[in-house]
Amino acid sequence: MADPAAASSEPQRWIGRSIRRNEDKRLIQGRGQFTDDIKLPGMHHAAVLRSPYPHAIIKSIDVSRALEMPGVRGVLTCEDVAEMSNPFPQAVDEPFKYYCIAVDRIRYVGEGVAVVVAENRYLAEDAISKIRVEYEILPAVVDIEKAAADDAPLLHPDVGSNIINQRELRYGDPDKAFAEADITISERFHFPKYSSVPMETFAAIGVYDPIEDVITIYSNFQGPFTMHPVSAAALRIPENRLRFIVPPDIGGGFGIKSSMFPQMVMTALAAKKTGVPVKYVEDRMEHLMSSSSGTDRVTYIEAAAQKDGTILAIRKKTMDNVGGYLRSPEPACTYRTTGNQLGAYDIKNLAWDTFVVHTNKSPTGPNRGYGCQQLYFEMERIVDLLADAIGMDPAEIRRKNLVQKDQFPYHTATGGIYDAGDYMGCLEMALEMGDYAQLRKDQEEARKNGKLFGVGLSTVVDPSVTNIAYITVAYTPEFRGREEYNAKSGSGETAVVKMDPLGHVSVIINTVPEGQGHETVVSQIVADELTISPDAVRVVSGMDTFQRFWSITTGTYSSRFASVGASAVAMASRRVREKLMAIASHELEVDVKDLELSGGAVRTRSAPERKVSIRRLAGTAHWNQGALPEGMEPGIQGTYTYNFPTSKAPDDKDRVDSSATYGFIADLAAVEIDPATGQTEIKKYVTVHDCGKVINPKIVEGQVYGSFLHGLGGAFFEDMAYDESGQYLTGSFIDYICPTAAEMPDLDVGHMEIPSPVTVLGSKGCGESCTMSVPACLANAVADALSPLGATVTRLPLKPGDIWQLIQDANGAGGEDGE
Amino acid sequence: MKPPAFEYIKADSVEAILTALGEHGNDAKILAGGQSLVPMLNFRIAEPAVLVDINPVTELDYVRVENGTLCIGARTRQRALERSPEVKKRCPILAEATKWIGHTQIRNRGTVGGSLVHGDPTAELALIATLLDAELIVRGRESTRTASPADFFESFMTTDIAPDELLTEVRIPASPGNSGFSFQELCIRHGDFAVVAAAALITTNGKGNCTEARVAVAGASPSPLRLPAAEIVLTGGDGKAENLDAAAETVPGEVAPIPDLKGNEAYRRAMAKVFVRRALEDAWDMARENG
Repeated sequence: MADPAAASSEPQRWIGRSIRRNEDKRLIQGRGQFTDDIKLPGMHHAAVLRSPYPHAIIKSIDVSRALEMPGVRGVLTCEDVAEMSNPFPQAVDEPFKYYCIAVDRIRYVGEGVAVVVAENRYLAEDAISKIRVEYEILPAVVDIEKAAADDAPLLHPDVGSNIINQRELRYGDPDKAFAEADITISERFHFPKYSSVPMETFAAIGVYDPIEDVITIYSNFQGPFTMHPVSAAALRIPENRLRFIVPPDIGGGFGIKSSMFPQMVMTALAAKKTGVPVKYVEDRMEHLMSSSSGTDRVTYIEAAAQKDGTILAIRKKTMDNVGGYLRSPEPACTYRTTGNQLGAYDIKNLAWDTFVVHTNKSPTGPNRGYGCQQLYFEMERIVDLLADAIGMDPAEIRRKNLVQKDQFPYHTATGGIYDAGDYMGCLEMALEMGDYAQLRKDQEEARKNGKLFGVGLSTVVDPSVTNIAYITVAYTPEFRGREEYNAKSGSGETAVVKMDPLGHVSVIINTVPEGQGHETVVSQIVADELTISPDAVRVVSGMDTFQRFWSITTGTYSSRFASVGASAVAMASRRVREKLMAIASHELEVDVKDLELSGGAVRTRSAPERKVSIRRLAGTAHWNQGALPEGMEPGIQGTYTYNFPTSKAPDDKDRVDSSATYGFIADLAAVEIDPATGQTEIKKYVTVHDCGKVINPKIVEGQVYGSFLHGLGGAFFEDMAYDESGQYLTGSFIDYICPTAAEMPDLDVGHMEIPSPVTVLGSKGCGESCTMSVPACLANAVADALSPLGATVTRLPLKPGDIWQLIQDANGAGGEDGE
Repeated sequence: MKPPAFEYIKADSVEAILTALGEHGNDAKILAGGQSLVPMLNFRIAEPAVLVDINPVTELDYVRVENGTLCIGARTRQRALERSPEVKKRCPILAEATKWIGHTQIRNRGTVGGSLVHGDPTAELALIATLLDAELIVRGRESTRTASPADFFESFMTTDIAPDELLTEVRIPASPGNSGFSFQELCIRHGDFAVVAAAALITTNGKGNCTEARVAVAGASPSPLRLPAAEIVLTGGDGKAENLDAAAETVPGEVAPIPDLKGNEAYRRAMAKVFVRRALEDAWDMARENG
């Protein structure tokens, strides 16, 4: 065991270093503790009968033959669900009902119809095939604009429209700006529906205790946050009878595991009905077909500018496809980006018509970069189109419009407060790292030789730590002004640091890590705060809502850990430090002002050899409580819940600081396209980040590489495809193509550390990072490559066949020939 | 995603396989490398009552040379084929094509016979068998027959093999020394099924003229396709650009692509031409060096 005193007094000895990840030893040895590793006495296994139809009414269901199968304990049907549970509470005020499985009507392929509980998964799947369901098939709609049309098949007849939420948001005076503009340019963009495909699919175990009327759900959910009370409401129990337990390890989340997960309530109901613990582990097909994804979006966007390139206003209509049911935290796909809706640019005016639309696709939710991929694709593309129209270089138009260094903290037109940054500095660094001037020369040369060579840029604000208030932008200010309305806001996170009786430190974090390395980073922070070795810090992750203090924002999503999580850990450590100092002051009879903590001991400043070790101070607090200063509580622990003062509810003009801190990314790509095949080669990719103070550079590097690959998926590969009739086409990794290590180009990564003034350590989030900048940057690069042909890019992903088609269309060849 | 219940028979000889197949006929499926069958079981696309595991049948695991012909046992792993010195020496295009099958892990388990019998329209081994007029040795309980690729690869995922028959061997003639080859494949991602793949083998008279041209394409028709029209244009030709262009020009009219998410009909048709053209150029370059 490491000696807690084995440490030096250097400030920030551990922060900023790439120390090895504590987590990797167990993960590499296959000894992680995941939800599927949990085995409970009497536990049974669930399989779900899923609808093969996108839109249908369940006329009847007959489970009798399934119940006769050996090993089958019971079947939870749509009828049971309607009887035993309530619809999930929603973020919009519309009369539609979303239960954990379908109760009367199917709204997407893969929606659950019945749940078989059997001794093992094999038997459960066998029994599934014995259930007979009679469906009345209805016409389906998967296209966003068709679904929003008046004559579309209605998914939720009670709502009366497939448009489930709509706002006309106005910031500044966009009409005036457009009237005064020298130039306006408009385009329609389409962004695809895709996921993060975490290695571990969703898993849950439901347990019902009929004596206490307590429901326990083990799962790999990234929460509890708002989904705990939402689940409790659906289960018709008070939240102090609903226990969420998350094991220490989750095999990737990326937001995909942070939506309201109906499977949790489903296993709970199945357990309640059958009287045994019920485990359900999604298979990959279920995950791809019915779990969660980002929204596909159609955007009509228009930019108004002066002829010198100054952008005056943006006018746009966004249409987000939330699938068959608006599921919490949707429609955050639209509103999460409210505060940073105008990106990295100093634009004062915005007209934004939002549409959130139901279609017969699977429900959606956060997907790493939540809403920002869509936003920056449309924004960065229109900026490039504007530059093109004016005859301005894409770097130059960005220089012209980026928020300048002396404008921070910068208040955006939409209510965001960009806390700190040097956007121009990051852009210049990216241009220099990529040798932009040379690339443009190379491009000129390549074009002379008939090559399709393109250079693209994207400059994006990277928001982290969601302020839950943004979701209420879905309501009008009038609605929010009603007396019975309950406002929402905040972004708090809690950490506990406790010093054990022999001076070792345990830290309890609520950030339910999904592989990011929180345990390692926490040990670095606490080691610096208490001047001890990271090895002396034991970090307890996971979650148990019965035994932890948690709140409505608790969990990992929106890159919360490095900003709010780290701040809570630092502050909790400081509470411990204060107590150590107070005990030492008492013991040494020296004023606390004359004491300092260094090298694992509290020392007098004037005579450092006059000291008392942390171990001894901990001993006093625990073993000799009578020697503590009068009135001091025994033991040593610090609990801190960190929140941001700017995380307030929206104002009456719909302005909201939708995230607590804002980083920045400047990307540069150079690509060459094979005109015969449409294949794109990434010749160069530079990405420069300001995520504030970097706590562990290796972990940040991992986030940058991983998020790049995810962004590359959105740009070139991934698309959850449906045919026109609503059939789902990409149910396995044969058809749903996500990039792998082999598709990874070399990255040139740069950092500019502009500390955030609103977090304790100056750190900003970096968990989502390149997922937002890469689709935009590569789209711009491909568009630049194709521009000599007169082709442009308005939709993603750009698979070779798609680019080839753009080339054919531009050539007017109609797609018959190749070379 | 769990397979339905099935009876498992472990076979340790060709005789044992044929006996099991004879007994269970249509109800049985052969389990070799399992790289396609096992996912199909898990998806419940295939629900055979009996699986006959032929992995212990080492008598079908061999690469040997008989009278200048490569004889490859059906249970030979694809990875063994890829690494076989005999294959590299006598039929280098086969070694090259095998590298394109999935990933190393897949080739470690996947077998030559399994791939051929599965009948995937983009399968590399089926393309090479088609290109080189391989002989497919098919055994029944009573008799043994030899099938040609054109007959064997009937259509999309369909091969001419009866429920009680077993593919035991594929015989591939060695490539002439004065030849050049090329194998070209378009994948969206490393290790994926091909969008299209093209293969060419050009033999010359050593004076710059083609004496025999073999050209085939996969992914552009329900089965791998020889391209006789192109071969006629190439035979006797000098391999200059015009000659290769003219050969490639025949390709779009020969193919009948099945569209999917990786490429619609027009794209696959166009790519068949592009990749055949590239393969011809490449094969001719090598043929000139070797001639």
